[in-house]
Amino acid sequence: MELFIYGITNSVTLALIALGFSLTFGISGVANFAYGAFYLLGGILTWVFMNQIGIPYFLSAIISIGMVGLFGFFLYWGLMLRLRGLAVNEVIATLATAIVIIEVLRYLGFSGFTYVLPEFIKGSVQIGKSWVDYQRIFLVGIGIGLIIFLYLFTHKTKIGLSFRAISQNERTAISLGIDSDWTAALSLSFGSALAVVAGLVILPLGSIDTQIGYDILLSALAVGIVGGLESVPGILVASLILGFGQIVVATFFKAQWQTVVTLAAIVIILAVKPSGIFGKYKELEERV
Amino acid sequence: MAEAIKYRKERIDRGIKARSDTIYMLSSYRELLYLLLPRILPISFLLLVPLWVGGGYWGKVIFYSCTFALLALSWDLLASVGLISLGQALFFGVGSYVAGGFNYYLKWPIFLTIPVATLGGALICTLLLIPVLRLRGVYFSMVTLILPLLFDHLIETLEILGGTHGLLSLSPFPNHWLADYIAIGAVILCLFGFRRLLHEDYGFVLRGIREDDRVVMAGGINIYWYKAQTIFLSAAVGCFAGALMTHYYQFVGRSAFALDNTILPLAGVVLGGSGNFAGSVLGTFILVPLSEALRALGGLRMALYSLILITALAILPEGLFHYFERKYHQFERLVSV
Repeated sequence: MELFIYGITNSVTLALIALGFSLTFGISGVANFAYGAFYLLGGILTWVFMNQIGIPYFLSAIISIGMVGLFGFFLYWGLMLRLRGLAVNEVIATLATAIVIIEVLRYLGFSGFTYVLPEFIKGSVQIGKSWVDYQRIFLVGIGIGLIIFLYLFTHKTKIGLSFRAISQNERTAISLGIDSDWTAALSLSFGSALAVVAGLVILPLGSIDTQIGYDILLSALAVGIVGGLESVPGILVASLILGFGQIVVATFFKAQWQTVVTLAAIVIILAVKPSGIFGKYKELEERV
Repeated sequence: MAEAIKYRKERIDRGIKARSDTIYMLSSYRELLYLLLPRILPISFLLLVPLWVGGGYWGKVIFYSCTFALLALSWDLLASVGLISLGQALFFGVGSYVAGGFNYYLKWPIFLTIPVATLGGALICTLLLIPVLRLRGVYFSMVTLILPLLFDHLIETLEILGGTHGLLSLSPFPNHWLADYIAIGAVILCLFGFRRLLHEDYGFVLRGIREDDRVVMAGGINIYWYKAQTIFLSAAVGCFAGALMTHYYQFVGRSAFALDNTILPLAGVVLGGSGNFAGSVLGTFILVPLSEALRALGGLRMALYSLILITALAILPEGLFHYFERKYHQFERLVSV
């Protein structure tokens, strides 16, 4: 039972982390390796607004979501637009952006126990034999809600459909009147904002450490790659597999094996089926 | 619309380039010099600079620049078959640990560990990457980004090869001149060797694979075999750099797999310009001394490299070397439209 509860919360955490990354890299095909950095930046911005400027929590959360979203948009408009189409240069540019953000934040010293975001409601509840704090329940709820939202968004709304269109075939999308630059910029912006949302839900469970900027990117990559980058059900299945896998490994072996399992899963899936378990779009492009 | 454009820029090869393009037409010392100068200048610079700075701090900087230049050259070779690596740290780390391991556990002398690390490390890296040879573009890059992290965590978790402490007190080089000149010799050899290689028939196949792999396959050439060979060669250079650094520091630890060892060579290549090897050497020889001068910044150095990387990508995507090369070979003038 304990295993099940931890497994579920861990899986939903992974899914939450992967959603925004998958929206940009998977669904609209823009590589955003600055994802972990945005997650971190959002958390720290919220902390700064609350504790140094004194804005109430919800307002500062909304402001930081908006700011990081805008930052993502301008990252695309200012930098990525020049590199569009050269997928590898996009990766290099966003990875470099991530390093700039994370290392500057590390230099400014935003790490440690002083930097804690508030939980939505304090306290915990007993399920079976184990105590679960309310924040984790919120996390599961918000995670499931966001997955449903993302599925509806990419399948029912016009913007969501155009995201998927430019990923499947950019030229055809342009000929159907979709402005591919605008759509790609929007997707980067939405993905970055989702990173902050995930951060605001997950970060209260611990203190902020700049290293998570890299770790979050790895988790997001792992879930995205294992599940298949463009597929929302894929994210769900992959985060269940990885989430339970990590918990099982941590319970029966050592906690450090978690990361090894995640990384090994990425390498194996990339070697065997690079588009992931549920991926379909890019099977022809990714290998010869 | 803007005003109608009256002039456009025209680029024409200098006469001297046209005359000296084929070696048979050299007719003056000036033309000879035009061809030789760009080759002799960097060689003599590399050979003389250790004599000038001597040992000490800046001698160390020259050594670092050479090892990172080797990593950048290895990156550029991989890129010339279209394999974009984000994990030079993999080659560097494997080379470091093979050299360090043999020296630490078996007490092999330094002139044995370095060749073994070069060839053995290259073999290990090639075997690791063979399963993903079929991947293209970003997917290959992601595998190479993950692998060094995986090794880093494996060493930490399994506590093998010294675990988090690393392997200490390995044998040093007999003196710093030897270390410097081995590194410099390797840079010169790789620089001119790779440039020649890519202009041989073999290199045409490699460049063909980068341009359009399916056409090369249709030509009846086994592209996987060529890719594997290139990875071996490139990994050998990277592992050699790692082994040199290990014995120079007399230490190998998990930092060998760190992201720095990927980002620095990459920033060097992007700044200098990829595709002709000279750019990678130029870029690293600008960046490494610059970063040593900025050592006071501490942790911000990684941020600085990345910033240079972004700026170079956005403003001068062709790289410094291509720019200078163009100025050397061609002149520009405005002509009316």
